[in-house]
Amino acid sequence: MAILERITRNIDNRFWDPGSEAFPVKNRYTAGMAGQRFFKEIKENGKIFGSKCQSCKITYVPARIYCERCFERLEEWVDVGTEGTIYSFTVVYKTKSGKPKESPSIIVAVKIADGLLIHRLNGCSVEDIQIGMPVKAEFKPKAERRGGIEDIKYFKPL
Amino acid sequence: MRKVAIVGAGMTKFVRRALETPKELAYEATKTALDSCDLRLEDIDCVAHGSAPDAFDGIHQKGEYLADGCGGWNKPTMRVYVGGGTGVHAIIHGWHHIASGMFDTCLVVCEEKMSSAMPHAQGFFLTIFDAITERSLHPNLLWIFALEMNRYMQRYGYTKEDMALVAVNNKRNGLKNPASQFKDEVTVEDVLNSEIMAYPVSRLDVSPVSDGAAAIVLAAEPVARRLTDKPIWIEGVGWTLDTAYWGTRDLYYPRYLDKAARMAYEMAGIREPAKQINIAEPYDPFGYKALHHMEGLQLSPRGKTVELLRDGHFALDGNLPMCPSGGLLGVGNPIAAAGTMKVCELFWQLRGEAGERQVPGNPRLGVAQAWGDLMQVSSVVVVGN
Amino acid sequence: MQEKVHVSGGTALSEQDVHSGEIFMTEDSLDCAFAWDTGVAINRYLTELKNGRIIATECRHCNRIMLPPRLFCELCFKPSSGWVYINDTGVVNTFSICHVHWDASRIKEGEKPYLPAVIEIDGASAGMGIMQLLGEVEPEKIKFGMKVKAVWKPENERTGSITDIKYFKPI
Repeated sequence: MAILERITRNIDNRFWDPGSEAFPVKNRYTAGMAGQRFFKEIKENGKIFGSKCQSCKITYVPARIYCERCFERLEEWVDVGTEGTIYSFTVVYKTKSGKPKESPSIIVAVKIADGLLIHRLNGCSVEDIQIGMPVKAEFKPKAERRGGIEDIKYFKPL
Repeated sequence: MRKVAIVGAGMTKFVRRALETPKELAYEATKTALDSCDLRLEDIDCVAHGSAPDAFDGIHQKGEYLADGCGGWNKPTMRVYVGGGTGVHAIIHGWHHIASGMFDTCLVVCEEKMSSAMPHAQGFFLTIFDAITERSLHPNLLWIFALEMNRYMQRYGYTKEDMALVAVNNKRNGLKNPASQFKDEVTVEDVLNSEIMAYPVSRLDVSPVSDGAAAIVLAAEPVARRLTDKPIWIEGVGWTLDTAYWGTRDLYYPRYLDKAARMAYEMAGIREPAKQINIAEPYDPFGYKALHHMEGLQLSPRGKTVELLRDGHFALDGNLPMCPSGGLLGVGNPIAAAGTMKVCELFWQLRGEAGERQVPGNPRLGVAQAWGDLMQVSSVVVVGN
Repeated sequence: MQEKVHVSGGTALSEQDVHSGEIFMTEDSLDCAFAWDTGVAINRYLTELKNGRIIATECRHCNRIMLPPRLFCELCFKPSSGWVYINDTGVVNTFSICHVHWDASRIKEGEKPYLPAVIEIDGASAGMGIMQLLGEVEPEKIKFGMKVKAVWKPENERTGSITDIKYFKPI
C-alpha cells in the first residue's frame, strides 16, 4: 500500500487542531547571581554596571559572574555610566503576528563598554537615526522600577 | 580507538529552585570540574554538553544559549539530547570526541533548570505524547510510568511496599551527599502513606523537580596520565533506542537497556556483570525504575531484584551498592544533570574520594545508566580505575 | 594533598524568597499553538473511527497487524502491505488510576480519577497496545487481562478523533 498510497487532493488532508487544548504553560526566569546585582543597581541607583576581566581586558555589560574566554570568576564590578553609542538598529513596522503597527518602533543595540544592550529608541525620527550616534538611558521613576530591563524606559539621543 | 579517562568532576547543589541562571549553574559545575584537575579553559579542546527539553528552562536553542557557561566559547561545541538519557549520553558523546583521536581533552556539561516551568514541569511533558493518537486523552507523564510500574509489579508479583524500599534506600544514601536537596530520612510507611498520584505511583516514589548542573573533564590516555595518578577509565559505552510506539513494548522489561548494557560490557570485556561490577548507578526517577534497570543492566536476575534488595545486597555496604550517590530520588532530578551526576559519583567512588558515602573495599568497576525519551532510550557507561 | 571541592553553587530559593519581591524574576508565556497534519495512515485511522470501526495496517514481512496504523513497519522498514479492519474489543495489558491533572494539580474531592490503560485490541498482533481510557468500572475492580469493549460516541457526535471512542468498558 503505502508506497503507492498518497493524499492527492489537498482537501483530503486532515489536520489535528487541539483548539482549547493548546499549551497553557509559562516560564518564570530568575535574574541570576549577576542579574540580581545588576538589576538592583538599576532599580535603586539608576546605574548600569559591567564586570571586568583584567586578563582578557573585557568589560561585560550586562555584568556576568564569569569571563566566557578565560573562565575566571569576575569580582570587579564597574559603573559604566548610562550612555552608549548605537551599534546597530532596526525599524519595526509590524507586530509579532504580522499586522501593521500604528507607528514604527526603533530597536537599538547600544554599545556600552564591551557589551550590547538591546532596547527601544525614543525621541528620534526614523530618518535621523545613525549608527554610532550617542544615546542615553532614560529610567522610569524610581518608585515604578521593579528590577528588570523595563526599568529603563528607552534610550534617547544625547 | 584511544583510551579515554575521566580526570575531573564537579557539580552544583541540586535545589528545588535556584537563584542562578542556567548559564551560571553550568558555569559553577564546569569551573569546579576544571579546578578539580587543575586545568584551565585554554587546556580544553572541545565541549560536549547536554540538556533535556528546552521547554523546562524556557529557552529555545538552549544549547547555544548554554554554550559559554559550559566553556564552549570559540571551541568545537556540540549538544546531545535524548531526554532523560541525556546526562549519560553526553559522556558517550564526549568519549567519541577523544576516542576518535580528534581531540585530547573534552568538557562534558549537563544542566537543567526545571523551576522555570510554570505551573509545574509536568505540564511541559504534554507534547511528548503523540499529538493525534494520544494527546486528546489529556495524558500526563505519570500515566506512562504508572502503566509501566503496574505491569512490572504484576509480572513478578512485586508489591507497592517492595517498590517503596528503593526510595528508602536511595534517600538514605542521599543524606550523606552534600549536593542533595533533601534533609530527612523516609521510611516505607512514609512512602506508602504519601498521597497517590497515579496508582501505583505515590508522591515519594517520584524524584523531585530540581535545578542543577554537573560536569566532568575527559582526557586521552597520555594526557590523563600526566594530569593525575588516579585516572578513571571509560571502559565501555552502549546506547540503544527502542520504537516510539511505546504501547507495543514489553513494559516489564527494558529490552533497549539490555542491548545497550551488553554493548558496553562487551567493550569493557565484562562477562559476568553481576559478579564483576562493584557499584551501580541505575537511573531512578521512580523507585521501581531502579529495579527495572538493575534487571536490564544484567545486575540482577529478572523477578529476583526485590529479594536481593531486602537482603541488603544493594546497600552501601552490600555486595553491589546501588545508587551510593542517593540517585535522583536522594539527591534530586535536574534531568540531564542527574545522569552526569551519576558518573561524577562513580569517579569519586572509584578514586576513594566519596567521603561519608564511600563504598568500602576499594571498588574497581562501576556502571552508570540513564534512560529517557518516550521510555525508549538507554545510555550506559562502564568506568574502572 | 588538599581535599578538592566537589560541589559549588546551586543557591536555593524558598517560596518566601520568590514572593518577597527581593528576587528579580520575569515571567513569560509562549502564546502560540500548533496544528498537526495527520499524515496518510492516521488520516484513514481517524476517518474509520468516525465510521465506528478500528482499522490497522499489516506488515506481511514481519507478520504483524499494526495499531495505530502506519505507513511503514519500523522493524523491517518496508512499506506496510495493506489495510485490515480489526475488532473494537481487547484486553487490558496494564492500567493506572490517576489522581492528578496534566499539570500535576490534584483532582478535586469527589471527582473521578482518570483510568488510563494500555489495551491490546483483538485482531492486532499480540503486544500491540494502544493507550486508551477505561470507563463504567470501579477503579478497584480493574484487572490485568480483563476483556473490554469500546463505547462509541453516537454517530452524529463523532468528529474523526480518538475520542470518538469514549472509553473501553469491561465485558
